[in-house]
Amino acid sequence: MRMMGVLDTLCLWLLPPGLLTTPYMWHAYVCGTVVAVVATLVGYFVVLRGAAFMAHSLPKIGFAGIAGATVLQIPPLAGLLTFNLLGSLVLSALSRRGKRDVVTALTLVLALGAGELFLTLGHAYGETAYALLFGQIVGISGPQVGQTLTVGLVTTGLWMTLYRPLLFLTVARDQALARRVRERLLENLFVVLIGLVCVMTVPVVGALLSFSLLIGPITTACLVTRRGLHTLLLAGALGLVAVWLALLLAYDSGWPVGFFATTIIILEYGMVHIGRKAISGRSSKK
Amino acid sequence: MMDLATFVHSPFWHSPQVWNALYITTSAGVASAVVGVFIVMRGQSFAGHILTDVGATGASASFLVSINAWYGFLSFGLLAGAGMEVLGKRASGRDSATGLVLTFFMGLGALFLFLDTRVSNTADVTMSVLFGSVFTVDPNTTPWLIGTSVAILLLFAALYRPLLTCSIDAEWAQARGIPVRFIGLLFMLAFVVAAEDSALAMGALLSTAFLIGPAAAGVRLSHRMGTAIGVSALLATIAAWLGIGLAYASYNWPPAGRGYPCSFLVAGIIFLEYLLACMTIRWRAHIRGLGGKRCV
Repeated sequence: MRMMGVLDTLCLWLLPPGLLTTPYMWHAYVCGTVVAVVATLVGYFVVLRGAAFMAHSLPKIGFAGIAGATVLQIPPLAGLLTFNLLGSLVLSALSRRGKRDVVTALTLVLALGAGELFLTLGHAYGETAYALLFGQIVGISGPQVGQTLTVGLVTTGLWMTLYRPLLFLTVARDQALARRVRERLLENLFVVLIGLVCVMTVPVVGALLSFSLLIGPITTACLVTRRGLHTLLLAGALGLVAVWLALLLAYDSGWPVGFFATTIIILEYGMVHIGRKAISGRSSKK
Repeated sequence: MMDLATFVHSPFWHSPQVWNALYITTSAGVASAVVGVFIVMRGQSFAGHILTDVGATGASASFLVSINAWYGFLSFGLLAGAGMEVLGKRASGRDSATGLVLTFFMGLGALFLFLDTRVSNTADVTMSVLFGSVFTVDPNTTPWLIGTSVAILLLFAALYRPLLTCSIDAEWAQARGIPVRFIGLLFMLAFVVAAEDSALAMGALLSTAFLIGPAAAGVRLSHRMGTAIGVSALLATIAAWLGIGLAYASYNWPPAGRGYPCSFLVAGIIFLEYLLACMTIRWRAHIRGLGGKRCV
């Protein structure tokens, strides 16, 4: 009898009423899935090329874009696209010149400040700011799902085009240059790729937490395997688990989805890290 | 145009909130500017970013238990500083594991901010923690802010030479018998306090402007350490006063009635100052080039 009660609670928790019938949850699931997959693809190159800083900065620039869109009352995607594409070009131009950390950090701060200004001018305080910075599942509308899918397709297409030359350039730069791979163009396109991904991640998990989704699963997968395809598959699975579980927990509790996503991703990393240490410790004892 | 008499008698100077904001921003700005010169020299601007981001989590927690936000900033900032000391060189921007831990803290901050709005019905906590609201800072905090800033300045005055030696070449300093580790700890302490002071004044996300902007401009303008520190402090003060003045005046700007956020204005002025400094360098080199002297 008691067992049944526990089971019931568990079922209610795993499948709360409305989980599969509420439209916004469907929107969130579709968007979340696309975002997790595409973020993994791009995150692979972010980790390989050590471009964590870019992945950290572009979502914040996207914040200014989305806030500007609320002031002008244009679709958020338009604002995000404009700011992220412009921002990625500016950042990649800045990072090529000396003293980059100072200029880049100041540019970022200015973008964040501009976002703040837009929010103030648009009379959008508190709740909106929170949703933009930390994500909100109820915020995804029907048309936005279509837009996310489109951006996802474009990004994946660009990723597939870039895959071979970018990998070549990353792994064996000298040889790639000798074979006349166009380094500058590729680097610019790579940053544009990160910008495009952030267009998708920012509305779902928010500007401040996008970095986690982009880097987390790949970093965890890299602990386990060194082979490219295996890493991608494992990271994709980890990312999907994190996003789906985060959405479920957020629906259950009403707490912010970004909090759950970052917590699950760090837990995945921690568990794999500890597990790997335990295994290597045992094998070295033998 | 505003003449001097109306300027002096403007209600701007008679508002206690404005004076409070001026005290807070100036003291945080000057302390950050002095520490910032060393941060820029040591290439630690990413660390400043980590400190205030983690501090923001503390500040959001402090609203939850309704204590002063400054304590929240400071306690979590000290925690982050200690963590970076332990991790040592790994805590650079390149390391994605450190980045993950940082985002986890921000996620925790997201939860605290969410609970804040549930518990206390103060919807603007998000904005005031992340972007600052210098006009509404509790006046009881002001003496603490000024006190810590003065303490930082005194500390730097006392430790100026050994700190400089450590920042330029740690091994050489070690060889000369300077306690590098101890001085590094003291520097980290001053770094945390300055970063969190400006986080309170400017908001966690925009405090990086105060920490590295004036300092970077100062270092560009002068190769002499003392001058660079002086210029940096001056630029920070100018940005603070001008920013608060403009924020006060902006209530009459279009679209009227809301006022522009102070931290945005200060950050914008600092950005302009940095650009001006870069242009001055070019201009100076150009003039010297015409005079036939080579600029180094």
